[in-house]
Amino acid sequence: MSTTSAAVHDHDHHDHAMTGWRRWLFTTNHKDIGTMYLLFSLAMFIIGGSFAMVIRLELFQPGLQFVDPGFFNQMTTMHALLMVFGAVMPAWVGFANWMIPLQIGAPDMALPRMNNWSFWILPAAFTMLLSTLFTSSGAPASGWTLYPPLVLQTGDAFPFAMFSIHLMGFSSIMGSINVIATILNMRAPGMTLLKMPVFVWSWLITAYLLIAVMPVLAGAVTMLITDKYFGTSFFSAAGGGDPVLFQHVFWFFGHPEVYIMILPAFGIVSEIIPTFARKKLFGYSAMVYAIAAIAFLSFIVWAHHMFTVGMPFAGEVFFMFTTMLIAVPTGVKVFNWIATMWKGSMTFETPMLFALAFVFLFSIGGFSGLMLAIAPADFQYHDTYFVVAHFHYVLVPGAVFALMAAAYYWLPKWTGNMVSERLGQIHFWLSAIFVNLLFFPQHFLGLAGMPRRIPDYATQFTDFNMWSSIGGFGYGLTQLFFVFIVIHTIRGGAGKATAEVWEGSHGLEWRVPSPAPHHTWEEPPVIRADDESVHS
Amino acid sequence: MCFTKMKAAWSGLTAVALSAASTSALADYTLNMPVGVTDISKEVYDLHMLILWVCVAIAVVVFGAMIVSIFLHRKSRGAVAAKWHHHTGVEIAWTTIPFLILVGMAVPAARTLIKMEDFRHSEVSIKVTGLQWKWKYDYLITDEDGADRGFGFYSTLDSESNAIRQLDSGRSPAEKENYLLDVDNRLIVPVDRKVRVLLTSADVLHAWWVPAFAAKKDAIPGFVNEIWFKVNEPGVYRGQCAELCGRDHGFMPIVVEALPQDAYDAWVAEQQAKAGVSAAARPAAETAASGESGQASETAPQEWTMDTAMTMGEKVYQTSCQSCHQAGGEGLAAAGFPALKGSAVVTSDQVAHLDVVINGKAGTAMAAFGGMLNDEEIAAVITYERNAWGHETGDLVKPSDIKAAR
Repeated sequence: MSTTSAAVHDHDHHDHAMTGWRRWLFTTNHKDIGTMYLLFSLAMFIIGGSFAMVIRLELFQPGLQFVDPGFFNQMTTMHALLMVFGAVMPAWVGFANWMIPLQIGAPDMALPRMNNWSFWILPAAFTMLLSTLFTSSGAPASGWTLYPPLVLQTGDAFPFAMFSIHLMGFSSIMGSINVIATILNMRAPGMTLLKMPVFVWSWLITAYLLIAVMPVLAGAVTMLITDKYFGTSFFSAAGGGDPVLFQHVFWFFGHPEVYIMILPAFGIVSEIIPTFARKKLFGYSAMVYAIAAIAFLSFIVWAHHMFTVGMPFAGEVFFMFTTMLIAVPTGVKVFNWIATMWKGSMTFETPMLFALAFVFLFSIGGFSGLMLAIAPADFQYHDTYFVVAHFHYVLVPGAVFALMAAAYYWLPKWTGNMVSERLGQIHFWLSAIFVNLLFFPQHFLGLAGMPRRIPDYATQFTDFNMWSSIGGFGYGLTQLFFVFIVIHTIRGGAGKATAEVWEGSHGLEWRVPSPAPHHTWEEPPVIRADDESVHS
Repeated sequence: MCFTKMKAAWSGLTAVALSAASTSALADYTLNMPVGVTDISKEVYDLHMLILWVCVAIAVVVFGAMIVSIFLHRKSRGAVAAKWHHHTGVEIAWTTIPFLILVGMAVPAARTLIKMEDFRHSEVSIKVTGLQWKWKYDYLITDEDGADRGFGFYSTLDSESNAIRQLDSGRSPAEKENYLLDVDNRLIVPVDRKVRVLLTSADVLHAWWVPAFAAKKDAIPGFVNEIWFKVNEPGVYRGQCAELCGRDHGFMPIVVEALPQDAYDAWVAEQQAKAGVSAAARPAAETAASGESGQASETAPQEWTMDTAMTMGEKVYQTSCQSCHQAGGEGLAAAGFPALKGSAVVTSDQVAHLDVVINGKAGTAMAAFGGMLNDEEIAAVITYERNAWGHETGDLVKPSDIKAAR
């Protein structure tokens, strides 16, 4: 992240190296913007994580010891909103900004000024959302899914929360337009689409998903606003509407949304495993087609979130079948990763540890997802801790571990310093152990009958809740350690990094120096037709 | 480095935990889904176990391959990376085989779903209404002439659990058996009869769920959902609301008691008598109808004094108002529950006070208690509120005032 440029500028533009707050407020540089997204997402991760700590603290024992049930509901709602929209999604956009131009040989994103605005909307949106905690009736407490009629009982926080969601949507849509325009127009000569790194493919497809579904969320949220303030009755039977309409519209957004959170993770794992196995990714084209298949299928499964609303049989059976089907391309990816490992020559640096843990633990989340797909069985799982266990497995040791893996993988490129392996391994092992202690018992809680979103529970659920809370506190503290590791690396870490950083690395980002100069690829590299080293 | 061992240990632990979860003996140890007491719940349990075993089998193969590879194919062991990196045949194989496994799962699942959707030939119909935060059960019984012989009652979290669960109650949940899973009035059903629940809501989404029946469906305001169950064994079965419905979502349990047919019939007759709808009784002559049925009373049998009003009012306040407006009337601003103590509505504007209690306040959690409490109870609780907590209004609200205001 240095401001000095090692590469020579050979066309004359004035040296516009701003410093201080102006640099960060006005920057159009994809590396600076990527850094801001990543730091912002880390901050939101810590804040959203602290809300989870409140939840686990109250659930440590039966009985109510710490918080009012209404405040507890605010915590569950805000925890999810911050993690989904503030931590995971901006983190992926941060990686997209930093790495896509580097990986395709482009000097920057296609629309650098819009890029700046895409980022700066987010601190405004989240300041607004977090400020609702301080209103007299508190933050929204209806769950992040915002189902009416309950959400319409939200007090003063309501318009601020809805508007902040609109702002987040603008940011995502603009960011996605940028990603697509960049990937389709600015690849270096010779980099055909099927020579792109899988991470770039995963973001190309994710960006289309975002453009397709963020407007749908905006529509759903707007209908909530008009129902509350302008006399419409989209979601009220008394006026001819239906609360279930909201669920359909929301989940038409919501299901592709969870794939938006995971597809870039698949891309990351497809970069990291080949590097540390010193072997090319097995089945590159199959992997790309699998991502596309998952993205397509993600549009036709949404009502599996609604199996208990009273859908007609045909609907239940259709969504059951399509949901089960989505396991096929996902399984293909897992098999291909293992085939990449097989007969490789592996070493287990921190990025590889997180990537392997991803494959292992995301698959466990996938198995519970398959169980949830079986509609008659889902009647027992729905709205219980079994669902909470499922989605936390795919999101935490899933998406978040992939984010960690990517951070460890590319921190040397960004900072010019190697991450201390010892510190990274400590972070990894503590995270892996605590995350399982936190979420695995929740499968049993759900099967035994504990519903979601409750601050207090019957005494037979005590033991597993206690284990889960201990796991939560441990996992949470360990992530603070990660913040320390990032700072430690920026300040020198474990010594200087080479351009290549990792033996076995592939891809254009490893051909620029570490740290990457402020401006890179101002002359595009020319990719020869037989050059297979530009992707995994 | 002990990486391999730890990964192997972890997968071993997972396998043990998953297989432990499968034996039905351990089902009692609240590790696994209950087998339940209906034919459907047993089918659902079997589907659950089938998919679980399929997943375990796949996991053993897949994670096994990963662990073997991590052990064998490492640089420190001198492994040299192979050069191959694609194989179309293998891609087809591991696309097709999982697809076929899924078809194998989908067929029995669809069969069970068909059975669950068959609502014909039900023998008992009960309307279940979700409210914030209790259930109302209305038995839909008509006789051959079409006259209404039904009755209904509210089912709320039992008062002991409710007292213990208050923040800073200082009491332990261990003091109460079935803490948070007990109610004042149970839903009583007959065994071996197909019971049909017609489910709706009076305010926000709720969901009615009894794990022992594998019956769960959302209660949606303005719509009626259907579930059915046929209980094979007499007993008491407990469930909870399964859709976030506001502050006390975790505190509105469901308790169903399945009785042999004659005990059930006797209970029904008793309830019908109480509600004044027995075949033998004359409906109009009943006085002092119980608050549970929510019927307006004709005339109060005893004199309506300040004392009777305050005593009854305090009890009604404790069961129906206190959880939100708190014992001292101070409310809970953070949750949006206004203070009653010192409020203008409670200390001066009596018309508005009656209106908000009887009709509720749209867009908030304040329910319309006109449908839940009778004239006496409402008159009593309003009188109580207007005279408690240092209010000196001296107002005595009469049941006839409530009747006029409805």
